[in-house]
Amino acid sequence: MIQVIVNGQPEMLAPGLTVLGLLEARGLVGKRLAVERNGEIVPKARHAEVALTDGDRLEIVVAVGGG
Amino acid sequence: MNDPLVIAGKAYTSRLLVGTGKYKDFAETREAIDASGAEIVTVAIRRTNIGQNPGEPNLLDVLPPERFTILPNTAGCYTADDAVRTLRLARELLDGHALVKLEVLGDPRSLFPNMPETLKAAETLVKDGFDVMVYCADDPIQAKMLEDIGCCAIMPLASLIGSGMGILNPWNLRLIIDNAKVPVLVDAGVGTASDAAIAMELGCDGVLMNTAIAAAGKPVMMASAMRKAVEAGREAFLAGRMPRKFYSADPSSPTQGLIGS
Repeated sequence: MIQVIVNGQPEMLAPGLTVLGLLEARGLVGKRLAVERNGEIVPKARHAEVALTDGDRLEIVVAVGGG
Repeated sequence: MNDPLVIAGKAYTSRLLVGTGKYKDFAETREAIDASGAEIVTVAIRRTNIGQNPGEPNLLDVLPPERFTILPNTAGCYTADDAVRTLRLARELLDGHALVKLEVLGDPRSLFPNMPETLKAAETLVKDGFDVMVYCADDPIQAKMLEDIGCCAIMPLASLIGSGMGILNPWNLRLIIDNAKVPVLVDAGVGTASDAAIAMELGCDGVLMNTAIAAAGKPVMMASAMRKAVEAGREAFLAGRMPRKFYSADPSSPTQGLIGS
């Protein structure tokens, strides 16, 4: 297993899991969201090819009400 | 009246921009925004609650980007770095959309902007191709610096965010407006319709507000009032007000032809 910090929370994930795989597992595919990995944007077109590695820090964000 | 507000090369009919926070639910959010007539609506960017309520509706389903110009903001950011990262995520979220609202806060109690960090973030974002509408202090010198960096709209506070205290320093706003070649919008501090009208009468190009509508007793009705106030203030500005005179020896009715004279 690898440890990845997802939105500030440590998570144990299967090695080789892609960004798309993680989103699928969380029911987030098709939602309007954006992913940042270790400070860099992971474009939607690359979600299927970017594999997570041990120690990655992910941010997954959406638009919410605000002023 | 054909009097568009042009921001980053795009023309808008409405000069009222609104936030999407603090509403009771998404239905009220949408109803208030429709009543306001706003075309540009600002949204915040936050972490998704992974694994929780996956079926929960998304704000962008209620405010489709095909219908509204979505203005992602950096509310809650206290450093230039966090603001820049947030807006890069927003650009990815909105499929390459470049128009953003930058705000970098300096103090959690007052939510007053941190201007050194705001200037730093503005430089990075403009270089990175963003169209930056920037929340700032009502300081004409720093407002000009932001314009020189290349921000597409300058948005000074009228009073503190969420305070509803109205236009506290109209003369500073006038200095900023007189100096600027890009649109100047009051962002923050409007409490009621007359505040919005005063901002527009001063010559502001627009007003951005959230709490004044969302925290009103009847938000949808207040949204409609704000729409009218912004329009009225704009027309009054364009029409040009009469000079102020303490006394007037010039009555509106004829001085000749009075009976019994």
